[in-house]
Formats: sequence, structure tokens, C-alpha cells
Amino acid sequence: MNQTRDSIQDIWGPRFGYEGQWPVRVDERVEEDPDHWVQSACVLCSNGCGMDIGVKEGRIVGVRGRAVDSVNHGRLGPKGLNGWVANNSPDRLTKPLIRRNGQLEEATWDEAMDLIVRKSKELLEKHTSSSIGFYTSGQLFLEEYYALGIVGKAGLGTPHMDGNTRLCTATAAAALKESFGSDGQPGSYSDLDTTEAILHVGHNIASQQTVLWMRVLDRLAGPNPPKLVVIDPRATYTAEKATVHLAPRVGTNVPVMNGLLRLIIEAGNINQEYIDAHTVGFEELKQLVAKWTPERVEQLTGVPAAKLREAAHILGTCNTLVSTALQGVYQSMQATAAAVQVNNLHLLRGLIGHDGSGIYQMNGQPTAQNTRECGADGDLPGFRNWGNEQHIQELADLWNVHPDQIPHWAPPTHAMQIWRYCEQGSIKMLWISATNPLVSMPDLDRARKILAKEDLFVVVQDAFPTETTALADVVLPAAIWGEKTGCFTNVGRTVHISHKAVDPPGEARSDFDIFVEYSRRMDFRDKDGNPLLTSTWQTTEDAFNAWRECTRGRPCDYTGLSYAKLTGDSGIQWPCNEQYPDGKKHLYADGVFSTNIDYCEDYGHDLETGTPRSKDDYKLIDPKGKAFLKGIDYEPPHEEPDAQYPLWLTTGRVVFHFHTRTKTGRSRELHKAAPDGYVQLSTEDAARFGIVEGDMVEVESRRGKVQEPARIGDIEPGLIFVPFHYGYWDQDDRPRAVNELTLTEWDPVSKQPHFKYAAVRIRKVNA
Amino acid sequence: MHLPYYIGLLENSEKQLAEAFEYVANHHHDEPDIEQMCQKLSAWSREHHGKVQRFVEKYSEEKSNEPSKLKRDLFAEKRHSSLTLLRDLHDLWLLTQEVQLCWVVIQQAALGLRDEDLKACYTFCSARTKRQVEWLLSRIKQAAPQTLLVAE
Ligand code: SF4
Repeated sequence: MNQTRDSIQDIWGPRFGYEGQWPVRVDERVEEDPDHWVQSACVLCSNGCGMDIGVKEGRIVGVRGRAVDSVNHGRLGPKGLNGWVANNSPDRLTKPLIRRNGQLEEATWDEAMDLIVRKSKELLEKHTSSSIGFYTSGQLFLEEYYALGIVGKAGLGTPHMDGNTRLCTATAAAALKESFGSDGQPGSYSDLDTTEAILHVGHNIASQQTVLWMRVLDRLAGPNPPKLVVIDPRATYTAEKATVHLAPRVGTNVPVMNGLLRLIIEAGNINQEYIDAHTVGFEELKQLVAKWTPERVEQLTGVPAAKLREAAHILGTCNTLVSTALQGVYQSMQATAAAVQVNNLHLLRGLIGHDGSGIYQMNGQPTAQNTRECGADGDLPGFRNWGNEQHIQELADLWNVHPDQIPHWAPPTHAMQIWRYCEQGSIKMLWISATNPLVSMPDLDRARKILAKEDLFVVVQDAFPTETTALADVVLPAAIWGEKTGCFTNVGRTVHISHKAVDPPGEARSDFDIFVEYSRRMDFRDKDGNPLLTSTWQTTEDAFNAWRECTRGRPCDYTGLSYAKLTGDSGIQWPCNEQYPDGKKHLYADGVFSTNIDYCEDYGHDLETGTPRSKDDYKLIDPKGKAFLKGIDYEPPHEEPDAQYPLWLTTGRVVFHFHTRTKTGRSRELHKAAPDGYVQLSTEDAARFGIVEGDMVEVESRRGKVQEPARIGDIEPGLIFVPFHYGYWDQDDRPRAVNELTLTEWDPVSKQPHFKYAAVRIRKVNA
Repeated sequence: MHLPYYIGLLENSEKQLAEAFEYVANHHHDEPDIEQMCQKLSAWSREHHGKVQRFVEKYSEEKSNEPSKLKRDLFAEKRHSSLTLLRDLHDLWLLTQEVQLCWVVIQQAALGLRDEDLKACYTFCSARTKRQVEWLLSRIKQAAPQTLLVAE
């Protein structure tokens, strides 16, 4: 084993204090010396660090960071350095499986695909395409999503397509659409190189995107370090480094943000000229936040008024600012409303569209951006607007189908509703790709019952056996990263190519091949009778080129990109076209936003009820390129601690794992570093319930129970924390998946479920 | 003067609407968005009903019981299967129409009377009635195709 650093012992590695140009540090870890390196990028979080895959004799033997890449300047974190070993794991799925007499048995591809196609045709005939649903992921490549999008929307014509991205970044997209008219992060990571201040809201960046945090740590260690404001109920690694750490009670993001905006407006720290020229809604927003005095905020959220003032001073006086938000906002009450307050902060101060200032409505997964861009979820390809007939016509022209073939009569069905239709029996076939909902969905007991239903035909496409494949009717073995070529886009609009380095194991096939094969066997055809995908697509490169056309003139313009251009150097940001051949660092540099009625991805929503605005109503307020300042008042969470369930539960990640650990759990190093779930509780609560470090604790909510060993400290009294990664595929001796406890309910606008709070009780179960 | 009659009609119909939203919330625990939103919208109508009280007192007592008949008729038939949700939302929508129209009628009178308080009350409440209507309509549109074409 050769490695340039031990990322398990020292997560972020040595410091390179800087301001301006982030120095390169190449991190590498190989088992043996590779014969050659193959260009790729990391798929273990949304950061998308540029990475080369080391190959020896047809096998992956290690990885190294790409020094030329603008995202990571050579660095990799613990997951990136260690997670690749999963590809070589002996328990990869290598053959299709079909359930026969209650058992999953090996089958040929022919048999498996034939069964799926027969079932699909039967359902189409009897129950229309609305009886078929797709639940995908933030893990596939863009060519695969685009293929899936066309198969589902133009081939079958089902409105029921979404992904696990609904659980993780739906609010990011929703917040960007509400404020700016379209998805797409306004800034660049390079803004961190010079910025004067950083705000992290509900984003434990130190654990989530370790490499991005290295950039922040290096700035903090260099000249003119930025001031750091962290809003998080827990004392995370990120919070430890904060200039000001605000720790609000669970579910109170909106009052904290309202309070900050009030102080900034009151102090006159706003850019009135920018507001007048580039935004609408200022007076309403000002009125809305006016009643949130620091004292009132303190009373409700527990954040001391003095600290709120300190934070508002930093955020109100910095000349440049980078803000990020993630699950602490997105998976909590009033998710979209709280997230747009971060956008509002930048708009009020005019801190957008220039070096040093950016907003990251963060993604969690490596390719979640593409799920949204390509239409594999509830959005339409190329950030098109389902309410805009012209946009539907454009897609129909691209695919040469009748516009009515593309479902657009209502908002596309969101994941939670798809699962509900399965529960009620009106969706009769659910095709799950690259995700493990039986650990990641809220209220697992309900999710398990749904997948176990006799009248639901479940197809699961994955690389490993999981809790979910165990309940499938057909399991398709999928090739993964390193075993196929394709592109994906990180949270910062940076597109990377990932070349095939090795062959997939056994008979595993890429998701791309599977969707194309399905389309061929279903005999989907366009208006002229030509096969829908296969007449023009042979390779993923063909699909990429088709995708480029789909993005022409849209905010996510890929027309200047090609496999050749993406190969060899750094990843490149969209929009990349004739005007910006090397990509564009900042969106909205001219203060013109994507809100024009003919261009916008969405007409916006009533933030309180979630009602989408119609095109006719939008006509009345068409802001013609101005951004929206929006907000709503505080509303308490729907479930709160009471006498029976006296504690708040919140959930989140640990630094060494990703998702349900299907990959990271198969790395010996990552597994050893974080082998099991736990429940973190305060010293006060530990004393109150007679619990000491290491005790097994039963945590119970109205929906279920888990047992976790206790960890004590670094959390507010009244709140407990359990990480969400742990399920049953590698250990099933006790209930331990935290989603046994979480709620089935969601944000009215983004439809993202609320994982961040539930009322629970605890008791010690042994000494 | 028939303003009291209409204020009575309005008061009653907001009350019926609040109860109907509550009823639908309680009958659809398995649809978390329906349950949560109907509870919220019920609270809105309850608040409107409270705000109208002072005008009932101000302009007299004459009560109407027409909308309660309306509600009784609307939610009368026993419903099961997946059609229930769509039908319940449908009936809620019909009740909101009654409220909305009452507000329109009363607004005309408030203008004539130059009653600034009543005008303010109208402006606040009817804007929210409109949002109730819009939410119902969007949720009905969402549920319609699945219910009509696929559900059994
Ligand atoms: S920060 Fe994310 S993308 Fe980068 S190496 Fe770590 S897991 Fe991979």
C-alpha cells in the first residue's frame, strides 16, 4: 500500500495557507503501481474532485487527484482515496436475478429484459403508462439520465419519474428557481480564494465535502483569512472553526435568517441601487422580516441576540461573501423558504456575479445536478418549464414525437407521491436504479411494506445486493464508475468526463446499455417510425452529443463541450458555448436573471402552500430578468417533543461514509474508521436517562425503534443525533437504520422530506 | 338593508369551510401533504371566521344557515376507494366558491358604505381565500389523471 497521506488519521491533511491561488497538493493512494492512469472524477459526493484511476492488468489498483483540476487542485479526501476498492469487491452483482417461487434466482439478460418488457407492455395496455414509475439516483452519468429521461417521457410517456435527489437536493433546485428563475449555482469555487466572509447554513462542509473544506482551512491559515459564520444546531467540525457559531433549535432556520436580514436592512447595510435595478419584492420582504428583532429570535431559536448581531455585522459589512446551504436547511421545516433567505441575503447586498461572491445551494450526490438537468427526475431536460408549451414543443422537436406524448398536464410526480401511488396500487411497476431506498427513505417500515406488495412489480438495478434488491422481482447487475464512460457535473457546474478504466465484473452492464436495450425491446418509435434512441445512438458519446443539442440556448448550455474537449485537462463549467468557449465562472454577472417568462424554468410557487403559479399569473408579474426577493413567516414543526416523546432527533452523515455505505462500507479502512451507527446525546440528557458512553440505547418515535450505542457530548440538551448511513446488509442483529424513526412529510414547494426532526424517547437497554 | 344577511352567510360559510378542511385532514392521514395543508387552510378559515365576528355584531344578527346545508349535501355520500380524495377536494373547492362570492358581494357593499375596517378585513381574508382555491385546484389537477385513468 502506497499513499501520500493517511486521510483516516488526518482527514484534511497538511495546511497550505494562501490567498488568491490555491496551491496544488496531489493526494494518491495505490495498492500496487499502476500500468497506466485513466482520467475520471470522484463520485462519492457532490464536490466532483478530478481524479485519475490507476489500472494494473485490467484491475483498479488506486487513485490520485488531478493537479490540473479546478475543483480540487490535486487533493482527495478519505472517501475518494479509499472508496474505489468497492469496485473490486467479491460481492458485486454479476448476473441478473428473477424472483421465482419467492426466491431470487440467477437468470440470463434475455430472460430478465424479456420479463420487464412483457410486464411493461401488459401494464401499458391495461392501465396506461401512468401505472409505471421510475425512481433513480444522483449516481448515474448524464448520458444515462438523458436516456432514461427520453425512455420515460417520450417512450412510455409517464409523469412518474423522480430520484433519490428528491431526498437530498430538491430544495437546492427549488430555491434557485424561486429566486433566479432557473437552477444553476451562481458562483465558482474560486470565489473562496479571495472572499472576505463565508456563511455555512445547515451544511457540515468539513464532513460532507472534505476537499472543499481543505480550501476553506487553507484560507483560514493564510493572510487575510475570511470570517466564518456557521449556523448549525450541533458543534460540528465546521462549527469549531467558526468566527461566530449560531446554534438554533431544530426547525427554526427561518426565524434566524429573518432576524439576520432584519439587522442588515436596519443597519443600512444593503445595496439599494442593486435592489432597485435587479430585484422585485423588497418592500414585502422588509415588512416580513421587520418583526424578527434579535430578542424575538433569541426567544424562539435559542440563539443569543448578541451573537445574532455579531453574525449580522459580518454578513452585512463584508465586501465579498460565499454562502452555502445544505441538508440542515433542505431536510427541515420550511426548507425552500429558509433556503431562499440565503439568496435574499446576497441579493440585498448585491453580492452575486463577481469574483469572491457566490451562493451554493449545495448538492449532496456527485451527479444530482445531471438528474435535474437531464429530466430523469421531476424536471424537464435542459431546465425547461413544464408549464411552457413552447418548451414542450422544443423537446418534442428534438425527439421527433408529438408534444402530447410528453406528460406536462401537471407538475411531474415527486418521489414521495410516486411511493404513495405504489402504496395505493395505481403504480404497478417501479423501476429503481442505483439507490437503496430501504435505508434512505423516511419511515422505513412503510417503505418496506410498499416494496413487498404483491401487486407491485419491482425492478432494481444496482451494483451490490442491498436491502432493496432483496425485495425486487428482477435485479439487474449494473456496471459502475470506472467500468463505463460518461460525464457528470458537480455542484459548481463543472463538467467532468470519466473514462472507462476496466471491464465490469461478470455480466454487469452499464445503466446506459440497460435503458437503451429496454427502449429497443419496447420498440419505442418516433413520429416517423424510427427507433426512438437506437436509430441515432450507438455510444454514450452519441448520447452526449444529443444532450448538447438539448441544452442549446438554455442556462445549462453544453454546446461548447465534447468528449475530446473534456479529456486531458481540467473539468469545465457550463454554460460553455460559442460565447464562453472555456465556460463561465459567474452566472448573472450583468444582474440579469433567468426569470424572463419565455426563458424561466419555473413560474414560482406560493412558498406557504406550494401551489405552482400559472403562466397567466406570471404574465402579470413577469420580472423580465429581475430576481425575486421572497420569504414567509415562521411556522413551527408539525411534530414537536411532548411528554411522551420528549427529545428532538436529528439525522446526518459521518465523514467516512456515503449514503447507505454500499461502496464505502466495503472499504476496510472506511469501515474501520466508522464501523457502526451511534446516538449522540448531551451530558445533561445522558445523566437524566442514566446513560454512559457505550451503553446500548433504544430510540423510539411514533413510527419505529432503533438501538444504538451512546456517544456523549458536543450537542445541545434536548437534541439527539443518529447518522443515516447504517442499515442491515452487513449487520442485521438489531434495528439500527435511523429512518425507522423519521416522518413521512415534506416541504410544500420542493417536496423534500423532513429528515432533520422527529420527536423521540430514549432508554438504556443494557449496561 | 341586506348586508347583515350576507355577513351572516359569509360567517357561516367560513365556518363550514374551516370544518370541512378539518374533516378532510382527519380523513387522509395517509396523504401527509393533504393532512398538513388542510389543517393549515382550516386554520385560515377559522381565523377569517373570527375576524368577521365584529361585523356580525356591528351590522346585526340575522343568521343564514344555507351553507351548512351545502356542506351537508356535499360531503353526504359515503366514499371509499381512491376516488375519495379527489371528491373531497372537489367538494372543498365548491365550498370555497361560496366564500369567495360572499366576499365579492360584501366588498361592493363595504365600498358603498365606506367602511374602512370591513375593506381591510376583505382585503386580508379574500386574498387567502384565493390561495385556498388555488391550492385545491392544483392538487385536484395533480390527482385527477391518476385517479381517473389508473386507480381502481
Ligand atoms: S470531497 Fe467528495 S468528491 Fe472529493 S474526494 Fe472527497 S468524496 Fe470524493
